[in-house]
Amino acid sequence: MSVHTPHAKRRGDRKAAVGNVGRPPVGWAVPGILFFALFAIVPLAIAVYLSFTTWDGLDSPTLTGFDNWTRLFKDSEFGQAAWLTLLLTTISWAFQTPVALLLGVWAAGRQRTRAVLSAIFFIPLLLSTTAIAMLFHALLDPNFGVIKEIGPWLGIDPNVMGSSTGALLVVAFVGGWQFMPFHTLIYQGGARQIPEVLYQAASIDGAGMVRQFFHITLPQLRHTMTTSSVLMIVGSLTYFDTVLIMTKGGPGTDTTILPYLMYRTGFQTYDLGYAAAIATALVIVATGLSLLLVRFSGFGSMRSTREGM
Amino acid sequence: MAMAGLLAGCGSGAGGSDNGTLTAYVYGDDAVKVQQAAVDTFNKTSDVKVKLVSVPGTDYVNKLRSAMGSPSAPDIFFNWGGGSIKPYVDSDDLVDLTSTVKDDPTLKDGFLPSIMTAGGLDGKVYGVPMRGMQPVMLFYNKALFAEHKLEAPKTWQDLQKAIATFKAAGITPFALGGSDKWPELMWMEYLLDRIGGPEVFQKIQNGDTEGWGDPAVLKTAQTVKELIDDGAFGKNFNSVDYGNGGAPTLLNKGKAAMHLMGSWEYSTQLGKAPEFAKKDLGWTAFPTVAGGVGDPANVVGNPTNYWSVNARTKHKDAAIAFLKTMASKSYSKALVDNGDIPTTSNAASMLSTSPNPEFANDQYEMVQKAPSFTLSWDQALEAQYATPLLTEISKLFAGKTTPEQFVEAMKAAK
Repeated sequence: MSVHTPHAKRRGDRKAAVGNVGRPPVGWAVPGILFFALFAIVPLAIAVYLSFTTWDGLDSPTLTGFDNWTRLFKDSEFGQAAWLTLLLTTISWAFQTPVALLLGVWAAGRQRTRAVLSAIFFIPLLLSTTAIAMLFHALLDPNFGVIKEIGPWLGIDPNVMGSSTGALLVVAFVGGWQFMPFHTLIYQGGARQIPEVLYQAASIDGAGMVRQFFHITLPQLRHTMTTSSVLMIVGSLTYFDTVLIMTKGGPGTDTTILPYLMYRTGFQTYDLGYAAAIATALVIVATGLSLLLVRFSGFGSMRSTREGM
Repeated sequence: MAMAGLLAGCGSGAGGSDNGTLTAYVYGDDAVKVQQAAVDTFNKTSDVKVKLVSVPGTDYVNKLRSAMGSPSAPDIFFNWGGGSIKPYVDSDDLVDLTSTVKDDPTLKDGFLPSIMTAGGLDGKVYGVPMRGMQPVMLFYNKALFAEHKLEAPKTWQDLQKAIATFKAAGITPFALGGSDKWPELMWMEYLLDRIGGPEVFQKIQNGDTEGWGDPAVLKTAQTVKELIDDGAFGKNFNSVDYGNGGAPTLLNKGKAAMHLMGSWEYSTQLGKAPEFAKKDLGWTAFPTVAGGVGDPANVVGNPTNYWSVNARTKHKDAAIAFLKTMASKSYSKALVDNGDIPTTSNAASMLSTSPNPEFANDQYEMVQKAPSFTLSWDQALEAQYATPLLTEISKLFAGKTTPEQFVEAMKAAK
């Protein structure tokens, strides 16, 4: 109570003194809201509506009730795609997080070489996903790519994209390669926020580098990790371009993840109603996962990372 | 896409033409210059002008689909006939050209009859041929065949001897761009034709999915499996593609001895390895298959491409007048000069001016003499069957399903 009162009072004071001066009128938000509604809310609503119809893209959509949704739960291809999507998301997260975390913490240092190297690490993010996918596709060509020369030397079968596990790992790796710099940047920002005094105190108490990392850096980066993980998971759920260019969902259907299945159903089979159902399911899963993650990591309660200071 | 559809839902369907112009959508590749020239010639004498819209190849099908469902649909458009136009026929979007073609000598006698029929649906004509023919042929590396004292295979026995010889020499018998899926389809098409004859697929094309249950389909899938297990395509064909040049390069570098591909393989090789294309690239028909009933003269592939007319057009007569120019001698000549083999009945006399008269003549003769020309399955079937088909074939080639499972999956496709 004693904590809340001054806070509330302060806010009240400000309101009384300043009124609405520092805050622009609601009118200013209208263009933004309209834009968002037109390009995000309306299409989403249309997609949900379409998921209850059959539509081949030519005639008007016909309402078919829950047909697409019941089909979704019986469709073994959807089941496989959902499983592959989760697998890809997990692999991507497990692969990107440790590397991005370590790189980010390292890059938070202030030496000049680190600045230069950080800039170099950042390059993959600047390239388009399509260009990266085509580049790796060429490198991994089993007959003419680099993989033919260095693969056997590393103990990797050059036919990596032709094998089920290989193809999925390649997709995860290429995605990770591209987006790791972004997460590194987030961790770097987070690590720089950690007060120096914590490390000084730990040093005085005799804690070494490793202990400092596990007992100060990691806990202090808890919320950074949540942010990065949410972005990573939602990103992997909508991962599409790499699959389209590198594996086309193959071999067989072994890299047909949900977004690719949606594309194939919608824009190759022209079963747009069912594709809309897949898309809507994907939105639900992605939203659900991010909410879960945020909830269990304590991000929602907005506790200070510097409690105890 | 969704927005376009909603607009289409309430649009009045005015057609894309106004001020006396016809919009024509065409698949945007190197051949567009031939169509552009035809349009320019036509516009000189016609009151209604044609406006050619060249849509980049990979986007063509999607863009056409969205445009046809919108108020700004093209008046005339390029297609592959068969299943590729079925949705438009079903929603009454196309002009039925059957009587027009029957009553007009220019159109009726202008083209090879088998080509005209191949583009239609249920015995009706919906399109007029407008580009070259693209039969699938067996290409081979002449130098490798000479080196191993082999002849171009005519029978299944020849083929197996060639496979064994090349395998023993460490050469992949067949290049195959398995990552692209459709090159695998060509094997299914030819094997089924040779094993069971063209009637088996015709039944399927006419909407009878039970047709997949024909014993010849199972035999085809089993033959594919035998070829794979035998190493006829090498070990890594699943990660090789055609589009990026993987498979053609295997052939011209001598790492693979043969390549089953559409006739465009010739120009692909001419572009990638001109020396090889001129000196060592050989071509032949797909061999017979032991115990098969299909005529070895049958051909599969794309008979040609067609112009179809949108039923909502305001200038139907002008559109048909433009289609008639496709039968003209000057248009055929322009196709020949571009390296294509026109499907007009008078084409044979012009082929001597083709960039490679020998290849052009062989190809023309092959198609002209073919008792049947089966349209590529993925174009002959509607998208709702064609896409699952490509997926199932890719699973079969990747060893994820057995021939029996392939048959069951195709019978169940809906």
